[in-house]
Amino acid sequence: MSWTMIDTWIVVAGVLSAVSCALVGNYLVLRRMSMMGDAISHAVLPGLAVAFLLTNSRGSAAMFVGAAVVGVLTAVLTQWIHGLGRVDSSASMGVVFTVLFALGLILIVRGADSVDLDPGCVLYGAIELVPLDTVDLWVAGEVPRAVVTLAGMFVVDTLFVMFFYKELKISAFDGQLATTLGINAKVMHYGLMTLVAATSVAAFESVGSILVIAMLIVPGAAASLLTDRLGVMVAFSLLIAVLCAVLGHVAAITVPVWFGYPATNTAGMMAVVAGVIFAGAAVGAPRHGALSKAIHRAVLSVRIAQEDILGMLYRLEELGGGRGSSGAVAGVLRRALGVGPIVAGLAVWRLTRTGQVQRTDGRYVLTGAGRADAQGLVRAHRLWETYLVKHLNLRADHVHEPATRLEHITDSAMQERLSDRTGRPRLDPQGKRIPPGSPEDDADGR
Amino acid sequence: MRLWFAVVVWLWVLPGSAWAARSLTDSTVGWPGADQLVRVLTLRDYNTRVVVIGTTLLGVASGVIGTFMLLRKRALVGDALSHATLPGIAGAFIVMVHWGGDGKFLPGLLAGAVVSSVLGIGCILAIRNFTRLKEDVALGVVLSVFFGCGVSLLGVIQSMRQGNAAGLESFIYGKTASMLASDAWMIGGAAGVVAVTCALLFKEFSLLCFDEGFAASRGWPAIGLDVAMTGLVVAVTVIGLQAVGLILIIALLIIPPAAARFWTDHLLSMVCVSAGIGGASGLVGAGLSALVPRLPAGAVIVMVAAVLFVLSLVLGPSRGVLVRVMGHRRLGRKIGRQHLMRAMYERMETLGSVPAGGGSGAENRSVSWDGLLGARSWSPQALGRLLKSGGRAGLIREAGGDRYCLTQAGLIEATRVMRNHRLWELFLITRADIAPSHVDRDADQIEHVLGHSMVEELELLLRDRYPQLVVPPSPHTLNGGGA
Repeated sequence: MSWTMIDTWIVVAGVLSAVSCALVGNYLVLRRMSMMGDAISHAVLPGLAVAFLLTNSRGSAAMFVGAAVVGVLTAVLTQWIHGLGRVDSSASMGVVFTVLFALGLILIVRGADSVDLDPGCVLYGAIELVPLDTVDLWVAGEVPRAVVTLAGMFVVDTLFVMFFYKELKISAFDGQLATTLGINAKVMHYGLMTLVAATSVAAFESVGSILVIAMLIVPGAAASLLTDRLGVMVAFSLLIAVLCAVLGHVAAITVPVWFGYPATNTAGMMAVVAGVIFAGAAVGAPRHGALSKAIHRAVLSVRIAQEDILGMLYRLEELGGGRGSSGAVAGVLRRALGVGPIVAGLAVWRLTRTGQVQRTDGRYVLTGAGRADAQGLVRAHRLWETYLVKHLNLRADHVHEPATRLEHITDSAMQERLSDRTGRPRLDPQGKRIPPGSPEDDADGR
Repeated sequence: MRLWFAVVVWLWVLPGSAWAARSLTDSTVGWPGADQLVRVLTLRDYNTRVVVIGTTLLGVASGVIGTFMLLRKRALVGDALSHATLPGIAGAFIVMVHWGGDGKFLPGLLAGAVVSSVLGIGCILAIRNFTRLKEDVALGVVLSVFFGCGVSLLGVIQSMRQGNAAGLESFIYGKTASMLASDAWMIGGAAGVVAVTCALLFKEFSLLCFDEGFAASRGWPAIGLDVAMTGLVVAVTVIGLQAVGLILIIALLIIPPAAARFWTDHLLSMVCVSAGIGGASGLVGAGLSALVPRLPAGAVIVMVAAVLFVLSLVLGPSRGVLVRVMGHRRLGRKIGRQHLMRAMYERMETLGSVPAGGGSGAENRSVSWDGLLGARSWSPQALGRLLKSGGRAGLIREAGGDRYCLTQAGLIEATRVMRNHRLWELFLITRADIAPSHVDRDADQIEHVLGHSMVEELELLLRDRYPQLVVPPSPHTLNGGGA
């Protein structure tokens, strides 16, 4: 991999377009309007074409204005068809942007195809060509034109978000609250749409329209999985956008080489990297990730299995009539619990490690500490059974299931209250003895 | 009739010589001559015939399956799906070239498209079900990431020495004009499969559209049906890539059903109308692009569909804008007239000139323009309009000197409206415990929509108060009273 000044400028342009898009994209994600980014970035095609046909030049300013106007028009028309025709809002969006795209295609093919206004260029972008078109800035020397445009766009986006941070936040989460607080939600909506359109257009040149959508949506979506705070989410999304751009270019010039091909399209690789980062966030996010949820569930099921084992061993002792007299072999335990071998194995391993259960002659029996804990569980179970029969009028043979579920979330304070409400019973509805919760109870109970 | 037939026959046998001689660089619109028009309309050219038939069938198929997607509020799934085909197409090309085959072997490319769009659907479902993100984000993420992946694979393909990559991009924009007979057959086959499946599973699909939970609770295999429906969308999308391109097949899946929704509230008719609109767009669009040089057929088809959509939006008898605007205006006129009737009656009441029992003699009890103007907050223009339309309807007569009076028919109508108004006021006072000074505004809104049975019920409820009167006296002081 050889890195030149050209690569640096490509990465700078990529980073700038990615962060500009990601900044406004956060609010699209929060407002559940992600597809509006898609619609706007397809629909600006006729704006580009008309601007080109009117001015007959590829000058940035005219194209920019034309595209931004059509971008806002997309938002307005979508809202209009949705309201006037009572069409589902996603369908009205689909109608508007496909028609505008078709119109743009016709305009380009009929009017402008003798010159270089290639729809493919709008779709894929040409980030590799960015360093070739430079302007002379007297402070920094020769700088690519796209970098100047994108830097300007990023400054505008940042100022807008900083200036209207509070308003954007409230209207993103609760438009009606915003209205009652005197914030004009409509103005915020169309202001945001204008900014999305302008940013998309500015970024087209370098990353192309589809990858504008990737940069609008994916960083914000990944960041929203990582945090619950808006400020942190914005910061994360910018970080992810920078990562996408840098790693995207590196991947574009290295990955195909591994398979014996020359470098590929940077913009495409940026989207792929964004997808990989998103997948990483979806799986590995600390609170909302699939992995952490799975681990949380697994830990919970092991804890429940542990408590079930304790309860079962206690009941076996009751039946067997003496301490340490019976116990059970591992296979019996597992079959009775009805859980998988891994969960059962982990549960038994943890119980032995904490010294609640010990293994003697191939059978598992309760230790003193284990017996105390098991007693609490069985007490909770039987108190719940009593409570359910007494106060909820359930039949005595119907209370075992709910009590089995409730016993795992009942602490000793709760047990005392249950005991008080059921009149400190000594036997449960099936006539089994309710274990005492404290020494006084014990003395009282004997 | 016979003359028209003769003209058609004459044009049929006339060979179009200007047809082929058009310059490629000609950028004027170049409206076609009549002979060309007829050549296209009668499908004389083999190429035109194939293209027109193919796009029409595609329009029908996408119109049918699109209806179900629209009703399930999944219109944009087609969008994500069609973008997700690109990496499959590019990947299949690379794989086929790698194994020394022809990179553009169509079934191979389409198989790749199917695989990657199914993968895309899987990702959408996974994001929607296993993260807290919503459908729109799932669609956007899958669409952009898959397309980006496809673009980078295309980048690889462009730099490959072996294999001719030219033409792969036609999947994005479509290459309708160069459609082959085999393509048309394939589209026809897909359309047939879609139509037959939808016909066989019509009841199940409609259940799925309106109440998925109910379908599942009644033991229907909701997931299987969902898979079948999505599978049909995949089929139509992949086949349609060839005809109108990746981006514009979305339009054919969304616009015809959205337009059909304006015409009917009945699912079967909606499917038929949607299929008709889709077919018509394909037919007219492909025909137009055959007639006029350098019009991309895919885009023209979408524009035709857009025109049909706008027509439906305006004219549709079920939800069209025109129907609703006219309904509003009719209601507004009715309300305005009833307000006028009531204002005149109340005015006469204040002046003590209401004939007891609504009998004759009302003709000479007139009320003044100024008195009416003060009765409600209406502008002189609005009042003038209402008086004029009341006069046309034979309810009001001009009594000369800016004074108006009710005719016999007008008095009956005014009595009825007044009675409804007062009955509702009394109901609000006696049953809802609202102060007499607050009931006028409420009754003002409800009096126009009180039906016959409602009035009877009110009479029954209030029969112990003022049983003998046609119009009960007002429970509150009348506006402008005594003036």
